[in-house]
Amino acid sequence: MEGILNIILLGGMAVTAIAIAKMRNLFVVTMLSGIYSLLSAGIFVLLDAVDVAFTEAAVGAGITTVLFLSTLILVGREAKPRQFRMQAILPFLLVLAVGAGLIFASLDPNMPRFGDPNSPANQRLAPEFLADSVPQVGNEAPTRVGIPNIVTTTLASYRGYDTLGEVVVIFTAGIAVLILLGAARRRREDEELEGPETGAKPEPPKEDSRMADASKEAPGS
Amino acid sequence: MRNHLVLRVIAKLLIPFILVFALYVQFHGDYGPGGGFQAGVIFAVAFILYALIYGLENARRVMPPTWLRAGTALGVLIYAGTGIATMFLGGKFLDYSRLAHDASHGQHYGIIAVEFGVGLTVASVMVTIFFVFAGRQRLTDEDPDEENGA
Repeated sequence: MEGILNIILLGGMAVTAIAIAKMRNLFVVTMLSGIYSLLSAGIFVLLDAVDVAFTEAAVGAGITTVLFLSTLILVGREAKPRQFRMQAILPFLLVLAVGAGLIFASLDPNMPRFGDPNSPANQRLAPEFLADSVPQVGNEAPTRVGIPNIVTTTLASYRGYDTLGEVVVIFTAGIAVLILLGAARRRREDEELEGPETGAKPEPPKEDSRMADASKEAPGS
Repeated sequence: MRNHLVLRVIAKLLIPFILVFALYVQFHGDYGPGGGFQAGVIFAVAFILYALIYGLENARRVMPPTWLRAGTALGVLIYAGTGIATMFLGGKFLDYSRLAHDASHGQHYGIIAVEFGVGLTVASVMVTIFFVFAGRQRLTDEDPDEENGA
């Protein structure tokens, strides 16, 4: 059953990806990338990574689509048609080679199976994290963290520095958007408060000329 | 979309549930899937939905951009402040075990505090980005609010 679901979801993702590459209508591309995110969220659920699936569904399928749409209003809906170029062959071959190499590597009999508890990656830190996070059966001694969701424990406690870094990244992104795109609006609000005596105004020409008329500089009209 | 009666009614019905679900995801993240990142995004989605249906001006009135800027910084401050607090209590940076009489409780408090910081920053940044992008369109075309103000 899980195998069939995997095939359906991965096949759907492949079809969506090809459609995204083919489409020139950016509105359709945005919707398809939302669908792609939702399908990959389904894959994460099948892999028992519910937290990742949750994030993918909320961020990838939800808010990214809305932000893309609000950008589309500004830039127009159609992408320019692209001609086929011979140089594009080389990256395509490179992608094929890397993909084939990865599939070949996964065929290695020494490769641990998916979810293998004896694989090297599960040998060192994971058992300790689990023992600290989840109360052990038959052992009533209080655990060090004692939070059932191991993902939360890992994110917020064991990897607390990383998560702090992530929050700072999001903070920086918000500040950057405000500086790049939000500055014009705030400057205009300031002018409304102070009156139009400030000198240079790097603003859209329509409002600019209207404001400049009031401040008797009138460069445009 | 201000004239779509069905959308307006459905949005009004849905928004409280979205907000409550965001809070559930935020504070139940210790026990089930979820946490600050997801909760912040869901919380932001409620305001974005409101802005989509009722217009940006009304949304700005509900959630003033000044609050958003404060929330963006406050979230990071809460996270880093928890770390500093544990240092004052004699531990290392972000060593939550110092926050309570025993390590397990301290970890609980610390994780709830930092997850709250994460959620606050994520929600504020997401709403800010949407407001800025959606407000940008108003700069280029007709601006009814501007004419009232001038």
